[in-house]
Amino acid sequence: MKLDILKSLNAERAARRAAIVVTDVASGAQRLVRAEEAAGDPLAELLAHHLRTGKSGMVETPQGRVFLTVHVPPPKLVVTGAVHISQALAPMAKMAGYDVTIVDPRTAFASPERFPDVPLIAEWPDVALPPLGIDRYTAFVALTHDPKIDDPALLHALARDCFYVGALGSKKTHARRVERLKAQGLDDATIARIHAPIGLPIGAVSPPEIAVSILAEITARLRLPAKSEAAKAAS
Amino acid sequence: MLARDEDILKAAEDWRAQGKGVALATVVETWGSAPRPVGSNLVIDQDGLFLGSVSGGCVEGAVVSEALDVIASGEPKMLEFGVADEAAWKVGLSCGGTIRVFVEKVE
Repeated sequence: MKLDILKSLNAERAARRAAIVVTDVASGAQRLVRAEEAAGDPLAELLAHHLRTGKSGMVETPQGRVFLTVHVPPPKLVVTGAVHISQALAPMAKMAGYDVTIVDPRTAFASPERFPDVPLIAEWPDVALPPLGIDRYTAFVALTHDPKIDDPALLHALARDCFYVGALGSKKTHARRVERLKAQGLDDATIARIHAPIGLPIGAVSPPEIAVSILAEITARLRLPAKSEAAKAAS
Repeated sequence: MLARDEDILKAAEDWRAQGKGVALATVVETWGSAPRPVGSNLVIDQDGLFLGSVSGGCVEGAVVSEALDVIASGEPKMLEFGVADEAAWKVGLSCGGTIRVFVEKVE
């Protein structure tokens, strides 16, 4: 690999931008394609597919076999609600490789004593979320049960195309949430992207168990193809 | 891939910047139960120091020694390890899978 390609690649990764290194296996020739340039590339369709899945792999092209090394940013988890479930979810998600941030304007909840080692933002979502750079490599979870906090955060997460959006609450609670979001102008397809009731159905009762079910559902969205049976079970 | 491999590629850049000979090994194909997914990296310097993994420890030794050749020659190599391969069996991809690893010099 040429050092300038490596340097450019590392710069893209540091900025949380996706990129693909295309290697001609026979000759060793390489080029870097930034995500923003992918649409104009001769291999546009292939590159778009790999950017979506985040998976590297060998592919056949009219010019021969090439290897695509796909670099997508490490996933982030943003949670509204410095609640009991979050106290379990944050350390679990960190172990699974997520950069975790918790947002809760209620300072009694968002205290460092309750959340050692986790970035906490004691602000309303309209202030806290925009600087976080929420993107398609981010999972968003709404856990406050308070529409004043969760609803605007959900709107932001959906607008930023998070790969996973989940909201705590029963079917009844969610039905009321759906009505409110519709009143805000969201269409059915967008609202259907919200996982609610949140988490895989594993009979979770305690807050840490609910955290497991949420993290399992996030993992399924991240790792399984959208059309697989397991992914459907997780949706 | 969605893995925390930034330290590996950053190390490759940093080691090169320090004037070392550096090679980068990447898992490009896997069959069967391979321990590390396609795209996994191992970075090796001229003294055999390495970071990352391409097989979770099974064949790193062999990759490192091939990488030293690649650093010396500048020519990339495609390595294959699997149970069907006598030499590879010796270095021990005991999980039963087959992997192909591309080794290239950072220049």
